[in-house]
Amino acid sequence: MNFDLTDEQKAIQGLARDFAQNEVKPRAEVMDREEAFPYDLVAKMAELGFMGLPFPEEFGGAGADTVSYALAVMEIARADASTAITMAAHVSLGASPFYRFGTQEQKERYLVPLAQGKQLWGFGLTEPNAGSDAGNCQTKAVLRDGTWIVNGTKAFITNSGTDISGGTTITAVTGTRPDGKPEISNLIVPQATPGFTRSKKYKKMGWRASDTRELAFVDARVPEANLLGKRGEGYSQFLQILDGGRISVAALSVGLAMGAYDEALAYAKERHAFGRPISKFQAIAFKLVDMLCEIEHAKLMTLRAAWEKDAGREFEQTASLAKLYAAEVSHRVVNEALQIHGGYGFMDEYPISRMYRDQKINEIGEGTNEVQRLVLARMMGL
Amino acid sequence: MKIVVTVKLVPDPNAEKKIDPTTKRLVRAGVETVLNPYDEYALEAALQLKERVGGDSTVTVFTMGPEALKETLRKALAMGADAAVMLSDAALEGSDVWATAHAMAAGLKKVGFDLLLVGGLTDDGSTGVVPGALAEHLGLALVTNARKIEVGSGSLAIERETDTGYQQVNVGLPAVLTTALTFGEPRYASLKGIMGAKKKPIEVLALADLGLGEAAGGAGSKTELLSFAPPPARGKGQVVEAADGASGAHAIFEFLRAKKLV
Ligand SMILES: Cc1cc2nc3c(=O)[nH]c(=O)nc-3n(C[C@H](O)[C@H](O)[C@H](O)COP(=O)(O)OP(=O)(O)OC[C@H]3O[C@@H](n4cnc5c(N)ncnc54)[C@H](O)[C@@H]3O)c2cc1C
Repeated sequence: MNFDLTDEQKAIQGLARDFAQNEVKPRAEVMDREEAFPYDLVAKMAELGFMGLPFPEEFGGAGADTVSYALAVMEIARADASTAITMAAHVSLGASPFYRFGTQEQKERYLVPLAQGKQLWGFGLTEPNAGSDAGNCQTKAVLRDGTWIVNGTKAFITNSGTDISGGTTITAVTGTRPDGKPEISNLIVPQATPGFTRSKKYKKMGWRASDTRELAFVDARVPEANLLGKRGEGYSQFLQILDGGRISVAALSVGLAMGAYDEALAYAKERHAFGRPISKFQAIAFKLVDMLCEIEHAKLMTLRAAWEKDAGREFEQTASLAKLYAAEVSHRVVNEALQIHGGYGFMDEYPISRMYRDQKINEIGEGTNEVQRLVLARMMGL
Repeated sequence: MKIVVTVKLVPDPNAEKKIDPTTKRLVRAGVETVLNPYDEYALEAALQLKERVGGDSTVTVFTMGPEALKETLRKALAMGADAAVMLSDAALEGSDVWATAHAMAAGLKKVGFDLLLVGGLTDDGSTGVVPGALAEHLGLALVTNARKIEVGSGSLAIERETDTGYQQVNVGLPAVLTTALTFGEPRYASLKGIMGAKKKPIEVLALADLGLGEAAGGAGSKTELLSFAPPPARGKGQVVEAADGASGAHAIFEFLRAKKLV
């Protein structure tokens, strides 16, 4: 067993940390307050190679591994969750379906500009009435004279409506299977598709600088060739993407917890009460110890899932365990980190208040805690 | 144009440093090694120059240090340097600035260059003498504190920063330059750079490769460190108690005026 990162993984972690601490962190508060999507930071992340981190160089990526990806997401989330989800959703939800299921031509056409970070791309699974039960997809696509006519609505789609969003890949019911169940397929829907519109950005309590919108398809006309993967495989393809996405969300959760811990540790050393730093009170010191303990645990689980994926092994169960655990750790850690800040933590100008708001979605997005337990119970044969 | 940048591998400037009382050397164990920050600025200047000159220009980084630290050079390669050369030999341990510059000059002659960029200072030793000593050993002109470099044919037009403004000087190539911090923050190593750095060469030279047997390390040094001491502890500051902000500000102002600081 070997817990050392490779020189390359360390270098990527170091780059992500320098970038996040120098360029992202100082901006986080204003971006959150103004709900300002950070186009310039995305451009810088593209230039540095983060937006295509795990994809091969031939498709415009950096060719790094999943462990490096998880480390990079952690470091960016440590500075700002909004910037981290923008990068992470782009890579693991927006771009990777093309890499996993695209034809050579689709990879060249769609994946290359995404991996280069010139465009963002959405992953359209959730609907107003199909979240945890995403298989209950209501969006329909009918093939007529070589064109898919799409009707329906998608809810909460990240990166779907920025000025540099190229489109969204969706699930849609394209027919009925022999067993009578709906046949679900993935369709590539470029932004300029007639009949495809995006709502205004949702007003959110957290991830406020990220782009989340509702999508509407009214007789939207999508070329037949925009089918991604095989017809009828759409739902299972998206579930496979979510398996990898769990490593991503686990890393986001670990990163946020690390950021909250950083804030709490610094504050505990500098804030005095009863004539000494509050870190000298055992009640506070023990909180910090417990936080670090849980963060280390969640981090190891996350990196292990990433390592299993890199090794080509089954990683689904570890990834699911890591996602669930890391999300709950992020909950406990931000809560205690804010507690350590006392009343100041309740004030907007302290980063911990933003982190507290940014935390909640970790327990909801890409499979709620409950759904995670459901999935795990099934994997465990229960 | 072949540009060589000297980089020193130093203990992380942000880490707390200790000196071993018996060896009188910095304790490196447990402290991360990084590129000397000044040298990163020199490397940034070199990379900008390479981009401007184009053609078959190259940037090579050159260091002298223990071979165990070799991988630290990958960062320079990831930032965009084309190759790295390390001069490493147990006999070099304990070199003073004279012996260091002597050995480095021999290594640099072997590597060859049109332009040698040197950071003005190291974060650990802070003598600032090596650039001058290098130029002397190499028998080349030294221009310090370059803040702007224009490339002519076989020569450079340089603006060098002074306390009062800048001087315009021309220098023929090859030459040695130290750079001011005006070329902008050292660039991030991109992911492509990091992934590509694995494939770039790091050549390791020993003293035998340079035909330098003696006059190295402590034996070749002209100075000897006799003793060292931490800086004296700072005296107690003066605390002003004031009824309100205005009278506090006034008291501070009077204090500064008494010391003729305002
Ligand atoms: C900011 C943000 C960004 C998002 N980005 C995307 C995106 O890019 N693409 C995308 O497709 N989706 C995205 N989502 C959607 C997200 O994945 C869903 O919100 C999530 O899967 C939960 O679905 P739901 O909101 O419909 O909740 P529901 O499914 O309605 O769940 C409500 C509650 O019921 C519980 N529950 C449901 N079923 C069960 C069960 N069988 N057993 C026990 N408990 C159950 C849930 O755990 C939850 O507590 C995003 C959401 C947000 C808030």
